[in-house]
Amino acid sequence: MTTAPTDTTLLAVRDLRTWFHTFSGTVKAVNGVSFDIGKGEVMGLVGESGGGKSVVGFSILGLIDSPGRIMGGQILLDGEDLAQASEDRLRQIRGREISMVFQDPMTSLNPLHTVGQQMDEVLRLHTDLDAADRRTACIEMLESVGISRAADRLGAYPHQFSGGMRQRVVIAIAMLARPRLIIADEPTTALDVTIQSQILKLMRRQIADKGASMILITHDLAVVSEMADHITVLYCGKVVERGRTRDLIETPAHPYTRGLIDSIPDPANRHARLKQIPGTVPDIRNLPKGCNFRDRCPRAQALCAEEEPELRPQNAAQWAACHYPLMPGDSA
Amino acid sequence: MSFLRSEFFYNYRRSTSAVIGSALMAGFAVAVIAGPFLVAQDPYDIAALNLMDSYKPPVWLEGGDPQFPLGTDGQGRDVWASILYGARISVFIGLVAMIASCTIGTFLGLVAGFYGGIVDSVIMRIADIQLSFPSILIALFLMSAVGTGIDKVLIALTAVGWVVYARTVRGSTLSEIKKEYVQAAKVAGLPNTAIIRKHVLPNVLTPLIVIATIQVGTFVLIEASLSFLGVGVPITQPSLGLLIKNGFDVLFSGLWWTSVFPGVAIMMLVFGINLFGDFLRDELNPRLK
Amino acid sequence: MLGYLLKRLFQMLLVLWVVSLVVFLMMSFTGDPVFMIVPIDATDSEIEQARRILGLDKSLPVQYWIFISSLLQGDFGQSYVFRQPAMALILERMPATIEMVVVAMVLAVVVAIPLGVYAGANPNGRLSRMIMAGSLLGISLPGFWVGMVLIYLFAVHWGIFPSSGRGDTAEVFGLRISLATWDGWHHIALPAITLSLGTMAILLRMTRAGMMEVARQDYMKFARAKGATRHDVLYKHGLKNALIPVVTIFGLQLGDLIAFATITETIFSWPGMGKLLIDSIYRADRPVIVVYLMLVALIFVVINFLVDIIYTLIDPRITLK
Repeated sequence: MTTAPTDTTLLAVRDLRTWFHTFSGTVKAVNGVSFDIGKGEVMGLVGESGGGKSVVGFSILGLIDSPGRIMGGQILLDGEDLAQASEDRLRQIRGREISMVFQDPMTSLNPLHTVGQQMDEVLRLHTDLDAADRRTACIEMLESVGISRAADRLGAYPHQFSGGMRQRVVIAIAMLARPRLIIADEPTTALDVTIQSQILKLMRRQIADKGASMILITHDLAVVSEMADHITVLYCGKVVERGRTRDLIETPAHPYTRGLIDSIPDPANRHARLKQIPGTVPDIRNLPKGCNFRDRCPRAQALCAEEEPELRPQNAAQWAACHYPLMPGDSA
Repeated sequence: MSFLRSEFFYNYRRSTSAVIGSALMAGFAVAVIAGPFLVAQDPYDIAALNLMDSYKPPVWLEGGDPQFPLGTDGQGRDVWASILYGARISVFIGLVAMIASCTIGTFLGLVAGFYGGIVDSVIMRIADIQLSFPSILIALFLMSAVGTGIDKVLIALTAVGWVVYARTVRGSTLSEIKKEYVQAAKVAGLPNTAIIRKHVLPNVLTPLIVIATIQVGTFVLIEASLSFLGVGVPITQPSLGLLIKNGFDVLFSGLWWTSVFPGVAIMMLVFGINLFGDFLRDELNPRLK
Repeated sequence: MLGYLLKRLFQMLLVLWVVSLVVFLMMSFTGDPVFMIVPIDATDSEIEQARRILGLDKSLPVQYWIFISSLLQGDFGQSYVFRQPAMALILERMPATIEMVVVAMVLAVVVAIPLGVYAGANPNGRLSRMIMAGSLLGISLPGFWVGMVLIYLFAVHWGIFPSSGRGDTAEVFGLRISLATWDGWHHIALPAITLSLGTMAILLRMTRAGMMEVARQDYMKFARAKGATRHDVLYKHGLKNALIPVVTIFGLQLGDLIAFATITETIFSWPGMGKLLIDSIYRADRPVIVVYLMLVALIFVVINFLVDIIYTLIDPRITLK
C-alpha cells in the first residue's frame, strides 16, 4: 500500500501505531497510519475530533506521555527513524528540525515569561548565537510575522497580546530555528474568523519563504483545501483516504470524505441547509469487526460488517479504504 | 448490594490509603463505643486506683505489669484505659463541633447566597476577617475569655469552624440558583424555603462531605492543643490532649509513656481521618483526578 | 496604584477596628479584672475604688471610647502582673518569637518546595508516595506532642540538645539574636523544627498540587516541543507557575506559625511573646492579652498586604487595583 520514500520525501510515516492503555481499555488512537510529506509540501491531516489527528503530530515529535505509547511503525525523517530515536536525539530535533504550533495561543505560551524569553529559549537551545544576535534574530522574526514595534514587544507578557497576535508569536517561535517541518495542530480553530485567514496566509508565506514543509492538522476541510498540496483523512485512528487536494475535494472516493466535504458551508449558497454526517464516532476502545464507518455510511452493505477494507489505489494518486468507493459523478 | 459493585467501592478497595484510613477510623469507633467494656479499670473511679501501681512502665519494659499494657501514671491509672476514655472525649468534641459548624455554616451560606445583598456582605466580611486569622489563635482567645469546659470548647470550635462551610455553600448556592430548574421553580411560585430545601440544599451538600470529614481531625488537634495549654477541657474530663499535658509534667523524669501513647492515639486518629478524607476528595471532585 | 494603597489601608484599618471591638467586647463580658488588682481581703469600698480607677464603673460605650482613644494615643495599658507597660513587655519578647518563626519558615520552605516539586513531577513514583504519606502524617501530628517527643529523645534521653530557654544571644544591629551564637543555634534547633513541621507539610502538598496542575498545561508541552529538556521544562516553566498558589497561602502560613509559636514557646520555655500570651491568659492579665491580639492583628494585615505585593511580582497578569 505504500511506496518507498524518494529523495524528495522529507518525512515518511509507516504503519504508525500509538495506543493509550487506560483503565477502561486500550485506546488505539493511531492504528496503522502511513503517509509521506515531500520537501516544501503542505499536507492536510483531516478528521473529526477524537480521530487521532493530534496524536499523530505528538507521535512524530516523541511527545506521547504515559499512558500513551508508540507501539509500532516508523517515523522516517530523512531516513532516520524517530520512533527509535533516543530522548536526547529527539530533543535536538524538536524545535530545530520539526516544530509545532498548538491550537490555543491563550494556553500555549507561558504566562509568567516574556515573549522575548520564550523566543530566546529556542535559539539558546538550538544555536550558538550570542545574546545580542539572538535578540536581533527574535526581533526580525517577530517583524516577519507582522508584529510591529517588535523590539519593544520582546519584554511584554503573553496576556498583553490579543489572541491573533499570540498565535503570531507562537508561529514566530515555531519558525525561529528554521525547522524543515512545521506541525500545525488546529492553528486557527481558537481564533476569530477574520483572524483565521490572516494567520493561514502568514503560515503559508512563512513556509514558502523558508522552504519548509507542513502538516496542517484540522477538522476543517475548507481550511485545508486552501492550504494543502495533499490531504490525508483519518477516521478512528486509520487513514481512510489520501490524495492530492484537488482530486480529493472534487472526486472523493470514501463516503466519509464526501460527508466532510458536504458539511463545509457554501458561501455562495448561504441559505442551504448544511449536511451533517449522521451518528457519532464509535467508541474507539472496542471497535466492531468490519468497517468502522459502516454505521454512519449511506453505502454500507453486508460485506462492510464482515471485512475491514484495505487502503487501495483508486487512481494514480488517490487511495481510499472502502469496499464500495464513490466514483466520479456518484452522489453520496 | 449495588454499593459493593459501585465504582466508588471499587476505587476504595484499590486505594491502600483509603482502606488504612477507614480501618483506623473504625478502630476508634469501636474504642469510643465499647471502650469502657474493654478495660477492667475505670480511670476516673478513685476507688479503683492504687497508688502502689503508680508509674509502672509499659509491659515490655523491666518492671512492667501485664495488668497495665501501656504502663500507669502517677495515680496508678492505666494509660491504656485513660486513652480509651480520653478518645471518647476527643472524638465526641470533634464530631459535635463539626456537626454544629456544618449546620450553622450551611445555614448562613444558604442565606448569604440565596438572598444576597447586605446579609450576604455582612456574613462574608465576617468570614473574610476570620479567615485571615489562624483558627488556633481565635479559639485560644475565645477560651481565654470564657474559661475551660467541654461546652466552651465546643462553642470555640464552632465559632472558628462555620466559616469554611458558609463560604463553600454560598459559592455553590450562587451557581445553583442561576440554573434553569431553580428559575423554573421560582416562576412556578414555590416559596423560597421550599426552593432552598428541595432544589438548592441537596446540590450543595456533596463538597461538604470532604470538608466535614477533614474538619473532625482538625478539631481533634485544636482541642488537644487548647487542652494542652490548660484552656480546654477540665481536669475531670481529660481528653487525649490533656493526658499529654499531664504526662509532659513528668517527662523530664524519663516517664515518657504517660504522654507519648496518648499522642500516638491522636496521631492515628487524625491520620486515619486525613487518609480517608483525601480519598473522598479524589472521589467526589472528579475535576482533580 | 495610589488608589489601591488607599483602599488597602482602609481595609486594614477596618479589620483592626473590628478586632478591637471584638476583643473589647469579649473581655468586657467575661470575668472581672478588678479581682486581679485588689488584694484578696479587700473591702467593698476598696473594690469600688479600684473599679473607678480602672474605669470599669462607666458604661460600655464610654469604656470602649476610652479604650480605643488610649490605643490611638499609644497608651496600651499596664500589665496587672508586671506593673509595666504591656506594649513594652511584648516588644521586648517579640524578637525571640520572630526569630523562631523565621527559622521555622525557612526550614519549612527549604524542605517542602524541592520535595513537593519532586512529588508533583513524579506523581506515581515510590518515593513520591512516601513523601506524600509523610506529609499527611505531618499534618496529622499534634505539634506540641512532636515537641515533647523531641525533648524526650534529644534532651532527656540522649542529652544532645537543650530542652528549654534561648541560650546565648549576640547583639546584631541592636537586636539580640540567637543565630549569632553557636549556643543560640543549639537552643533554637528543636523548637524551630517542631514549629516548622505543620507548615512544611502544607507547603509540600500545595507545591505538589501546583506542579501536577501545571504539568497538564499546554505551555509545558509547547516548551517540550521547542526542544527544552524535561528538567528545564519542569523548573523553568513549571515551578514559577506552580508556586503561585503556594504564595497565596504563604501569608496564612506565616500567621499560623506565629499562632502556633505560643504553644511551641510554652513547651520549650522560649522567652517570646507567645509564651507571654499564655502566661497572661493563666493570670488573666487582660491588658497584655489585648495588646498582643491587636499587635498580632496588625502583623497579619501587614503580612497579607505584603503577600499581595509579592504576588504581583511573580504573576505579571495580576495588577494592584
